[in-house]
Amino acid sequence: MLSIKDLHARVEDTTILKGLNLDIKPGEVHAIMGPNGAGKSTLGYVLSGREGYDVESGSADFDGKDLFDMEVEERAQAGLFLAFQYPVEIPGVSNMEFMKESVNAMREARGEAALSSAEFLKKAKEACKQVELPLDFLKRGVNEGFSGGEKKRNEIMQMIMLEPKLAILDESDSGLDVDALQVVAKGVNSQRDGKRSFIVVTHYQRLLDYIEPDYVHILSKGKIVKSGGPELAKEVEASGYAWLKEGESA
Amino acid sequence: MSEQIDQALKRKYDAGFVSEIESETFPPGLDEDVIRRLSAMKDEPEWMTEWRLQAYRKWLKMEEPDWAHVDYPKVDYQSISYYSAPKSMKDKPKSLDEVDPELLRTYEKLGIPLHEQEMLAGVAVDAVFDSVSVVTTFREKLEEAGVIFCPISEAIKKYPELVKKYLGTVVPKGDNYFAALNSAVFTDGSFVYIPKGVRCPMELSTYFRINEQNTGQFERTLIVAEEGSYVSYLEGCTAPQRDENQLHAAVVELVALDDAEIKYSTVQNWYPGDEDGKGGIYNFVTKRGLCEKNAKISWTQVETGSAVTWKYPSCILKGDNSVGEFYSVALTRGKQQADTGTKMIHLGKNTKSTIISKGISAGRSNNAYRGLVRMGPGAEGARNFTECDSLLIGDQCGAHTFPYIESSNPTAIVEHEATTSKVSDDQLFLCQQRGLDPEKAVSMIVNGFCKEVFRELPMEFAVEAGKLLEISLEGSVG
Repeated sequence: MLSIKDLHARVEDTTILKGLNLDIKPGEVHAIMGPNGAGKSTLGYVLSGREGYDVESGSADFDGKDLFDMEVEERAQAGLFLAFQYPVEIPGVSNMEFMKESVNAMREARGEAALSSAEFLKKAKEACKQVELPLDFLKRGVNEGFSGGEKKRNEIMQMIMLEPKLAILDESDSGLDVDALQVVAKGVNSQRDGKRSFIVVTHYQRLLDYIEPDYVHILSKGKIVKSGGPELAKEVEASGYAWLKEGESA
Repeated sequence: MSEQIDQALKRKYDAGFVSEIESETFPPGLDEDVIRRLSAMKDEPEWMTEWRLQAYRKWLKMEEPDWAHVDYPKVDYQSISYYSAPKSMKDKPKSLDEVDPELLRTYEKLGIPLHEQEMLAGVAVDAVFDSVSVVTTFREKLEEAGVIFCPISEAIKKYPELVKKYLGTVVPKGDNYFAALNSAVFTDGSFVYIPKGVRCPMELSTYFRINEQNTGQFERTLIVAEEGSYVSYLEGCTAPQRDENQLHAAVVELVALDDAEIKYSTVQNWYPGDEDGKGGIYNFVTKRGLCEKNAKISWTQVETGSAVTWKYPSCILKGDNSVGEFYSVALTRGKQQADTGTKMIHLGKNTKSTIISKGISAGRSNNAYRGLVRMGPGAEGARNFTECDSLLIGDQCGAHTFPYIESSNPTAIVEHEATTSKVSDDQLFLCQQRGLDPEKAVSMIVNGFCKEVFRELPMEFAVEAGKLLEISLEGSVG
């Protein structure tokens, strides 16, 4: 699905990722944990192609295609989804219009016919239900006046509607109370079908109580310094990230 | 990002073609003789010729205004031709079958079929080509309701009393430089009369097309809504792509008598000039409406074209409880310049006005909102609300706001809100990450920004306006 080899990337003049390797097979859930400033969000932006995040060296193969050779929207159309940590507002554009354009852009790229309004509405209603958002949510401007929790649930709703091959969740748990966290987790779990893969980026182990990962990676200073199973997340929960520094000084 | 947006903004101008039509065109130049000849050409009564000459004499004594936030080389009024008409129109075709097929094809290419069976149901069209009206559709159906909808040149002859009574009452001959020029040389335009208590059974619309080179277009529109009547009217405008600047100086007068309502919408897409500001239309327009008791006038405009725009559709709220509205979207790109807004003159008691202005600037363009709200001494309990939003695309454009508020009545309330925002990298990235190309993304963000105004357009045209913005923002993304 995704194979990242020796990735070096920088933001403006600062190199953030320094030789990152990661292999994700279909159906797998990989959690990426690490202290602030480790490069967790940068990874999501580099993979999705955000301007200002420049690849210095290394490669990323996404389903047989060179990810770094594609435009942002081409990567999205190929099935790469990023759930934003801080989703931005688009005033005056309703969630409904936005998602209809989005769903149909993806369909067009796959050579499929656009959804009719009725078909789209049915799909949108189901997605709303899954993340427990009221239907009138669709009529509101994209993220306009949404609470933090609503924004995060909206991201998951979009993911459900777009059915990506690989979803990167960038701190989708930050700022959520336990109830909202469970809703987000439930939405993600409903999409685990043995084929779709996930990268769950998080600072805390908390989210991983609800979304059980297959692998946990610890990212520090732009590299994966430790990989393991779900038990690794529990270790972090117990001892924090302080050991990373000790390891360094040792 | 800015590079992508620049690409996305390299617009195509779909209406930029020239029609091969044999025209009868006056040689350039303006003096009293030209006006007399023009008036004779149109077979006008003596009073009209005299009216024009009076306006011309006033114009001679006036100075071209220079207070607007626009910059353009001085117009040489002697280098413009003041009359141009397709030769085939000389014999005045009686029906569509007699109209030059090339003319009909021009309108078809612009998406305005003039055969009634092909038209948008419920929209009557007056098509004005250079200096003359080509055809007015659905006239019989309108006549049944007592509605008059015809070229103003025809109204001068057929309904002289009505024209005499109202022409120049809202925008006087010597109102301003461009209005005086228009009064002297206007060639055609539409005349609308809605009798007492009648709700006009369909949308009325006029489609203006400049075709001939080195001509000016000076159209004049007069709409009179008698007591308790209602009409919704729309105008559209396009011109070929040419290297020279062309002048368009129109006057629109609206008269809404007691309890009447006039809704006037404009979708203006004159040729804006090329990337470097070469060519394009100078759009210097005076539009004003007069509201009697309980009357309402609503101006909605979507302005995407013209090299320079100087335009302030206004309302004189003379009658008590009358209402004025102004909803505007003005998009400038390339080196376009727009100085546009409105004037709300509150004279009567409890008069109300609402101003919603959305300015979008891209490229190296300049976009200014200029608005006056005046509360007269008699405007007891009057209210105004103004919202003025600017959206910047890229970092080489400008947005300016010049609000003027004058209040002579302590009970009047004036509110003014203004915002300036940018199409942000974050918004673009979100859209692209959801599979939209940058062009589509910019157009969606801009459409969202304009939503409050599009809501005010008649349904068929709201869709058209949305598409127009999309085309205006469209181009090849490299």
